[in-house]
Amino acid sequence: MRKPLLCLDGLTKAYPGVLANDDVSFEIGEGQVHALLGENGAGKSTLVKMIYGLVKPDTGQMTLRGQPYTPAQPSEARLNGVAMVFQHFSLFDALDVAENVALGMENPPALRDLARRIRDVSEEYGLPLDPSRLVGDLSAGERQRVEIVRCLLQDPKLLIMDEPTSVLTPQEVDVLFHTLRKLSAEGTAILYISHKLDEIRALCDEATILRGGRKVATCDPREKSSRELAELMVGQVLSPPERAERILGEVVLQVDKLSLASNNPFGTSLKDISFTLRAGEVLGIAGVAGNGQDELLLMLSGELPASAEQVKLKGQPIGHLGPNARRSLGLVAAPEERLGHAAAPDMSLTENALLSGAERKGLTKYGFIDWHATDAFAREIIARFDVRTPGPHVLARALSGGNLQKYVIGREIELDPDVIIVNQPTWGVDAAAAAFIRQALLDLASKGAAVLVISQDLDELLEVAESFAALNEGRLTAVRPAKGLSVEEIGLMMGGAHDMHPAHEGMA
Amino acid sequence: MMIGSINIAVLLAALMVAATPILLAAIGELVVEKAGVLNLGVEGMMIMGACVGFIIAVNTGSPLIGFMGAALGGMGLSLLFALLTQALMTNQVASGLALTLFGLGFSALLGQKYVGITPPRTPKLDLGPLSEIPFLGRALFSHDIMVYLTIALVAAVWWFLKYARAGMILRAVGENHDAAHALGYHVKRVRVLAIMFGGACAGLGGAYLSLIRVPQWTEGMTVGIGWIALALVVFASWRPWRAMAGAYLFGGVVVLQLNLQAAGVKIPVEYLSMSPYLITIAVLVFISSGKARGSLNAPGSLNRPFHASN
Amino acid sequence: MIRLEKRKEPSKFWRIANPFLAVALTMLAGAVMFAILGKDPIVAIRLIFFDPIFSETFGSYSRPQLLIKSAPLILIAVGLAIGFKANIWNIGAEGQYIIGALFGAGVALAFFPAPGWYIFPLMVVAGAFGGFLWAMIPAILKTRFNTNEILVSLLLVYVAEKILAAMALGLMRNPDIPGFPGSRDLRRYEAAHNAEIFANTGIHWGVVAALIAVIFAYAMMTRHMLGYHVRLAGQAPRAARFGGVSPARLVVICLGISGALAGLAGMFEVSGPGGQVRIEFASGYGFTAIIVAFLGRLNPIGIVLAGLLLGLTYIGGELSQMMLQLPSASIQVFQGMLLFFLLALDFQTNYRLRLTRGARA
Repeated sequence: MRKPLLCLDGLTKAYPGVLANDDVSFEIGEGQVHALLGENGAGKSTLVKMIYGLVKPDTGQMTLRGQPYTPAQPSEARLNGVAMVFQHFSLFDALDVAENVALGMENPPALRDLARRIRDVSEEYGLPLDPSRLVGDLSAGERQRVEIVRCLLQDPKLLIMDEPTSVLTPQEVDVLFHTLRKLSAEGTAILYISHKLDEIRALCDEATILRGGRKVATCDPREKSSRELAELMVGQVLSPPERAERILGEVVLQVDKLSLASNNPFGTSLKDISFTLRAGEVLGIAGVAGNGQDELLLMLSGELPASAEQVKLKGQPIGHLGPNARRSLGLVAAPEERLGHAAAPDMSLTENALLSGAERKGLTKYGFIDWHATDAFAREIIARFDVRTPGPHVLARALSGGNLQKYVIGREIELDPDVIIVNQPTWGVDAAAAAFIRQALLDLASKGAAVLVISQDLDELLEVAESFAALNEGRLTAVRPAKGLSVEEIGLMMGGAHDMHPAHEGMA
Repeated sequence: MMIGSINIAVLLAALMVAATPILLAAIGELVVEKAGVLNLGVEGMMIMGACVGFIIAVNTGSPLIGFMGAALGGMGLSLLFALLTQALMTNQVASGLALTLFGLGFSALLGQKYVGITPPRTPKLDLGPLSEIPFLGRALFSHDIMVYLTIALVAAVWWFLKYARAGMILRAVGENHDAAHALGYHVKRVRVLAIMFGGACAGLGGAYLSLIRVPQWTEGMTVGIGWIALALVVFASWRPWRAMAGAYLFGGVVVLQLNLQAAGVKIPVEYLSMSPYLITIAVLVFISSGKARGSLNAPGSLNRPFHASN
Repeated sequence: MIRLEKRKEPSKFWRIANPFLAVALTMLAGAVMFAILGKDPIVAIRLIFFDPIFSETFGSYSRPQLLIKSAPLILIAVGLAIGFKANIWNIGAEGQYIIGALFGAGVALAFFPAPGWYIFPLMVVAGAFGGFLWAMIPAILKTRFNTNEILVSLLLVYVAEKILAAMALGLMRNPDIPGFPGSRDLRRYEAAHNAEIFANTGIHWGVVAALIAVIFAYAMMTRHMLGYHVRLAGQAPRAARFGGVSPARLVVICLGISGALAGLAGMFEVSGPGGQVRIEFASGYGFTAIIVAFLGRLNPIGIVLAGLLLGLTYIGGELSQMMLQLPSASIQVFQGMLLFFLLALDFQTNYRLRLTRGARA
């Protein structure tokens, strides 16, 4: 048994209406890689925020190396050797790498010395970084390196990593794991938060599993199968989606050598994109975040119009058309961001039904809204897609992630489209809802619709898609049949097969 | 040096005086916006400063105390804005407008007995032999202390934003308040302090109008200078020295326009006197049209409310 | 410790109660202000809020005034509110009001002294067009060059004021009275006079226009796709694009509507109560209308009530100036405070105050 570094004892934290953590206790040993496993909403982030001093527990205590540990704010946590790599939200686009690093340190040296130390550390751990670059111009993987280097410079005893691989290609994941193992061997404990079971089994010495805010088990993940871990995490056995045999029909959507500038200064432009989509086909597009997924969806949905001939729907040029014109021709879309893009947070579900349903459902006449019909449409979505809500009058933001996602995807499916484009359909959604959504998409394809799924979750893509392509820096690879693709091949497709070399050399 | 009937050295000197109030207000607002807050109440805080500074200077006989009072007056009003937007989470645009409407009314009320009075004179700063230099002496080295302090303030803000750790934190808060919060910085505290600084600067700028530039108190005497200062921040794409360049450019337009009026050019006075506003609009258009990449420099969290979710 | 906690849904109760509470608090704070100024606070408040309507001595004069003052406020605020809902901030209504008046008066002066039933309708069209045109400047700059519409529309107020002065002193000056600034009195030119429709009620064509505008705005905001798009764009711009809303089109529509309505208000004023193009013609309706829009919750019906209230403060302000020698600026302060209190109270709509004590059970 390793010497315990951090002991959590009976941590409880309640928010109005939710018990985020309920009497959670476990220990992290020195140099141990400890997994914190749980679904979205299981209470992982609240727990981590308590350790990092962002949230105060209602009851319970923590001890760090035998001493009582009650960080009132993150700077105190950092002084105690606790560092954290965030999943989102802790970098500043308009500041350079050195400044970003300095902001996460307690007593940063002068920026010039810091730049040198950043180079040293990043070389030592195989995480190449240029301290003078603007963070906004970095790729997702590079941004994560900034976060990690920031932590390493403070010589942490405990490194918290929140879902670190969600932004990485498989090869980058390998590099990260090398770094983490090296750190662990040097005596740094790592608290590794994830819901990806294979990763945890590959990396971690011990796993604590949370469900509904409570600890359900602490175990050695290498002694459990992925299935067992999944059951512990979800609390039920989920069956993979059923895939009816499908016969592919005519080409319905065709994109031809399309290049398009992003509408966002830090966005990724699309470069020379070509693909075709047949009726009944599910095409999966993989890629690490920030490689042009948003732009691809905007281009296809009509929010970012292109030239007419480069996008064709059933042979008809539609590239210049806006979203509503495309909807009436049979192409619908569901963007990644539920709140604020696919739905207006402060509007009711009924009002949100109108958002994309007006055209195909005939909810307006001379521009005047038929609220009765709209309300009926909302109720129909709620009933058919098992959206848990008191009724269609509820505001979109009051729904849980999974329920809102079912509503949003359900709304598009109800429009009975010929082509549907979805981006990250199950991002941040609980497992049951995710399974439901995937099944709904497959059912739609069986009925003859063409489905395009953009996702960063490889497992999801391999589960639903029969053809596969990847986005890298705004370029799309050739489309290949999903059957028989190895993870290695997928990784190379995602990485554009050139990105990872410097890092590998650094490791060697 | 003379062009027509216009003396260039005098013109330059007048330009610096005309630019100072705008520059003061703009440099304050620049810091506020760098922290991610849009305070549209500059005009209101300026006029409060103009009024409070004037009253205090007249009653104490000291312009210096007047200026200090003006800074406090502007800051006081800005605290109201801070209370609304930071504590009570109100819309920043609406709150800024409220500040301006209220400031215009309140100052008119406070200052009604002071209309037509002459304030104590602010002496020129004695720069010894420097002001004897031909041309430059008259143009650059014959001003009151506020002109120079304002330039020093620009330098200080530039240094603070670029090199000081606190300045870096302020930029971080303005760029991405969620990230700053996650790293443990006090977003609201930083913002309140920035808002107060902006209020003090706007107050000083207002007092410069009523105590030195005009020097008189009249209702609504800021005539849109606060708004021009707001435009100037955009024009400067949030960089201090560019704000100064902009203010001097603008001061040049104002002074030239006044000189043309005095010189009896055949354009009606009303059309000449609308030129500063038109030029401000033209410059705004140029900057925001994207050719100058200036608007991309806007702080990422500008005008977005921050409420920690936990 | 006190904490703000976001409500799951905005409170409908506070949304409606807050304006009333804000008015009450403003009266209270105003009373304190008057006491400090050395006036009897109760008398002053009564003079501002009650006497204009209920007093036997001035009532007959001031009751019709109420509609005369409120109509332009309502007309302008209805337009502004549509824009505010979409997060398009036209704060230069004062300028559009002036230009509308100049266009309207321009038509009248061009026809003077010809009679003709068509002159007044032509002036109405010209007034709306003038305001629309002036609002199109920020609109086009916004859509073409992404220039901030707040600053441009506001700066254009000062430009409009200069144009007004130039017109009053130059092109539109009354040639019959040399040496005095100001145009002919349109009230004495029958074909152009925006006269009372019913004597001694204050109801002139501007009041009718305000009423029509309120009804149209209400129908548009609640029943029409355009109103839905306006709300969508204001709340969630990305969702609006997803819903097929063109942001540029919306900017033009919102600024266009509010500009045209402000122009109309200016035109009805100059051809009626105002009477002539003068340097002091602009009286701040364009700015007060911003307060009206917020106080009315950006809702057309609410705006009617808020417009009447602020119209009342104008008349009450004049009364108290006459009777108590209260400074004219105190009404401005009053209006400013009203907006402050409203904004401050509004946190209750979206947040809940919660007392937390250390550890909780």
